[in-house]
Amino acid sequence: MIAVIGLVVGVVAGLLLQPTVPLELQPYLPIAVVAALDALFGGLRAMLDGIFDDRVFLTSFLSNVVVAALIVFLGDQLGVGTQLSTAVVVVLGIRIFSNAASIRRHLFKA
Amino acid sequence: MSEPEEPTPPPEPVAAGGWAALGKALRFRASRGQILAGVLCAVLGFALVVQVRQNNEASLSGLSQADLVRILDETTSRGDALATEVNDLRSERDQLVSGSDKRQAALDALRRSAETQGILTGRLPAEGPGVVVTLTEPNGQIKPATMLNMLEELRNAGAEAIDLNGHRITASSAFAGIPGAVTIDGAELATPYVWTAIGEPDTIATALQIPGGALATVRSNGGEGDLRRGTKLEIRSVRALGEPQFATPVPPAAG
Repeated sequence: MIAVIGLVVGVVAGLLLQPTVPLELQPYLPIAVVAALDALFGGLRAMLDGIFDDRVFLTSFLSNVVVAALIVFLGDQLGVGTQLSTAVVVVLGIRIFSNAASIRRHLFKA
Repeated sequence: MSEPEEPTPPPEPVAAGGWAALGKALRFRASRGQILAGVLCAVLGFALVVQVRQNNEASLSGLSQADLVRILDETTSRGDALATEVNDLRSERDQLVSGSDKRQAALDALRRSAETQGILTGRLPAEGPGVVVTLTEPNGQIKPATMLNMLEELRNAGAEAIDLNGHRITASSAFAGIPGAVTIDGAELATPYVWTAIGEPDTIATALQIPGGALATVRSNGGEGDLRRGTKLEIRSVRALGEPQFATPVPPAAG
């Protein structure tokens, strides 16, 4: 419940504050958001599996974000930033899909 | 990275099914895990909204350097292509304009030339300043030679268009007949002979009136001449010219 409230609070805060993303963060923010989404779905699935652990959730959330940003940073330095960003998004997307499928199986038994 | 990989032993089996587990998780419990998840979700929601807004606001600022360079390249080459096209079209337009100018100039020159030729050959009606000379025969008869002398005098004085009793006088006009029955180009003339000549009035008047000149000859024939100057005379008579039968233009010398 608190998670849902937190999500709503974050969205409202983003809408109200209307912050501008610093220039250095702009390439990393979209990837970080996708990585965080992956962590969120992973956490949801773990909760339904009954193995949710807040420490693991925190670690996976932060590490997902940091690793995704690092990969993009590295790709930018190597000159393959666009392709590597695409790769990260594809991998995270697959994980989100598989997590979503697992959640679906838990909820709908199908 | 995600939970299922962690070797955490399942503390409680979810036998009641997914919905029960979800409902249990959604219950308001101020546990450490719940608060932590809430904070992280807040961060995620915030970042999500910010990113979406950013993406909508400025499409270019979110792009990587390579993309920007590519877009710049594309824009530059597109601009170059358009500039080249502009130049091509401009030069084409210039060519067309100058072409039509030349054409127009040639047409104007031809039209002026045609007007000049038309007046000089008697093909076109003419108007302008000039003199009207009326010859009568109160005491005698005017000879054809006198009429020719009159015409020569008018031409010498620079008359550009000449009319005699409604007959346009041109280069091929010829007087014939006998005194009292003068003919012009085969048409008999009746007195009074009315000459209308368009040209510089003073010059013509002076030329006709010099001693021993045209009017003096008329008087020696027993005729009378009356000379009037006009600032705007009209010659309506025209003369149709046939195609030259023998003469053809000399082709312009090459080069």
